Amino acid sequence: MASTGDLEPTHYPARRAATVALHYLNTHHGSPFRVFGLQQVHKASAEDVAAGGRKYKLDFSVTDWASGSEGPALRCSADVLFPQTERHSGPEVQLRCEALQQINRTAQEEHAFYQRYISPDSAVSARDIPDSYGNVSEEMQPFWRLARVAASFIMLRESSERTEFNMAQVASVAQQGSSEEQLMLEFVVLLHDFPSQEIIQWKLLASWSPDRGVRVLQTEWQPRCPHATKPPN
Amino acid sequence: MKGSVISVLVVLVVLDRLASGLEHRSYDYTKYHPMDEISTWMNQMERENPDVVSSMVYGQTYEKRNITLLKIGFKNTTPKKAVWMDCGIHAREWIAPAFCQYFVKEILGSYKTDANVNTLFKNLDFYITPVLNIDGYIYSWRDNTTRLWRKSRTAGTETCRCFGTDLNRNFPAYWGMVGISRNCCSDVYNGPTAVSEPETKAVTDFLGAHQNEMLCYLTIHSPSQMILVPYGVPNISAPNYDELMEVGLAAAKAISAVHGKSYKVGTPPDVLYATSGSSRDFARFIGIPYSFGLELRDKEKYHFILPENQIQPSCEEAYRGAMSIINYIHDKNFKSAAVSQTVDNCDCLMDLECKCDDFKPLY
Repeated sequence: MASTGDLEPTHYPARRAATVALHYLNTHHGSPFRVFGLQQVHKASAEDVAAGGRKYKLDFSVTDWASGSEGPALRCSADVLFPQTERHSGPEVQLRCEALQQINRTAQEEHAFYQRYISPDSAVSARDIPDSYGNVSEEMQPFWRLARVAASFIMLRESSERTEFNMAQVASVAQQGSSEEQLMLEFVVLLHDFPSQEIIQWKLLASWSPDRGVRVLQTEWQPRCPHATKPPN
Repeated sequence: MKGSVISVLVVLVVLDRLASGLEHRSYDYTKYHPMDEISTWMNQMERENPDVVSSMVYGQTYEKRNITLLKIGFKNTTPKKAVWMDCGIHAREWIAPAFCQYFVKEILGSYKTDANVNTLFKNLDFYITPVLNIDGYIYSWRDNTTRLWRKSRTAGTETCRCFGTDLNRNFPAYWGMVGISRNCCSDVYNGPTAVSEPETKAVTDFLGAHQNEMLCYLTIHSPSQMILVPYGVPNISAPNYDELMEVGLAAAKAISAVHGKSYKVGTPPDVLYATSGSSRDFARFIGIPYSFGLELRDKEKYHFILPENQIQPSCEEAYRGAMSIINYIHDKNFKSAAVSQTVDNCDCLMDLECKCDDFKPLY
């Protein structure tokens, strides 16, 4: 059902579009020590565009995961275009956030983290972050955030007006040999889509360094072990 | 010989003390509990509070487990007006059963000393099901690969071999209209037919049998921090939508006063996504005037897998929200003041016994 014109900011069409903008923000500015979450949508509108598809204009606030949803908020505005194409193609986002450049407080932690894990014999691996009880160890926190940022590339690409993605859990992380001074990490992430309630599993290879930020090099959708077949025994 | 007999007796006494100590050891409401511990806890609540708690088995799951609720309130010879709360329709939403247990603990711990809760116990019965989808909940505890299971555990068939039905799409309220999938592998598979699942039938049977007493239906879920009002189907409004929104917004305000968390209020087609066949819609559909779905913490960060250190604050705020709703409904039905007030589809003076119960709701 098409929502056009001014949108109710608390309703889902505005929120879905803002979530897409949020994924875009995290792909560009996320790091092992910074992940943004949506705090509130202030204003939203949508219109059909000539080439087909729908364009949303949004005014919203985000907060850093580290400071929680009550922490200092960053004000952003974005244009999100959901194209109308035969085969799915990801939304296009233009984003402006105030004072983004001024946020540099995590540089020290990033460098320390980088130095610790860039060494040739570093081979971090872990499963289930968080565990079933919601625990994330101190050591795994930056990897958890990195996974969320890397997953944002996939969530952004896969989004449409009929989806609303979040990362539910990191199934595994396995450090690969560093390349070109980038930390190389293979993640398996479990994404949750609200409307379908599905858990969708993706394997991805991501690189990170303080200078280059997060890049996603490979992604592979993994059909989940279907609960269709009866257990082997 | 005598020494060893005495030693044996000492050991037996100590073991006996230990056993009773284990029984009375405090239950930890800040941890997630597997189903067997929840069942033991339910027995304990009934045993320790015989004046106000009784348990009722009202159905069976697909895997043939008893579905049990705790009926809580001052015992009465005639049926009292009632409030229903169920938790854990969706297996992976562990904070929901944790909240039901917390809620029971709170009201049992305060009804003797808190005038408000005492009055609620006098005028109302609480019917509380800590875990409705027991099979699914147990499955979500099995290992790390099952934590995010949602549905029941109904076995697949020859034609479609995946397990489980989404119980919250299986209720006979606009069943199959929207927000569902006919693919049995989908997480929103609504079942072969409405009420195909024994868990659904347990609830529909009970609510049907207690329709006239039931004032309020509350169903607890997570995540997303919302208070959902009927209906899930677009363009279908409950006749008392305005009032439901008012009550929901007041509850959201009460929640926010505890730890500052904001909860959105609205119908699913507005704030979440269109759905059909939900238990919340069914309750409203059969005439229970106040029906709400509470979606607890959090939003994006932990999502389904809320850390245990958030159980306490989540439950504290949700408790205030639930109590806000329950008190509104209680005061509307029991406050003795000579005020003429429209109740549903009839007028009555509140200081006379309201004759509204004689009328079947129009909707």
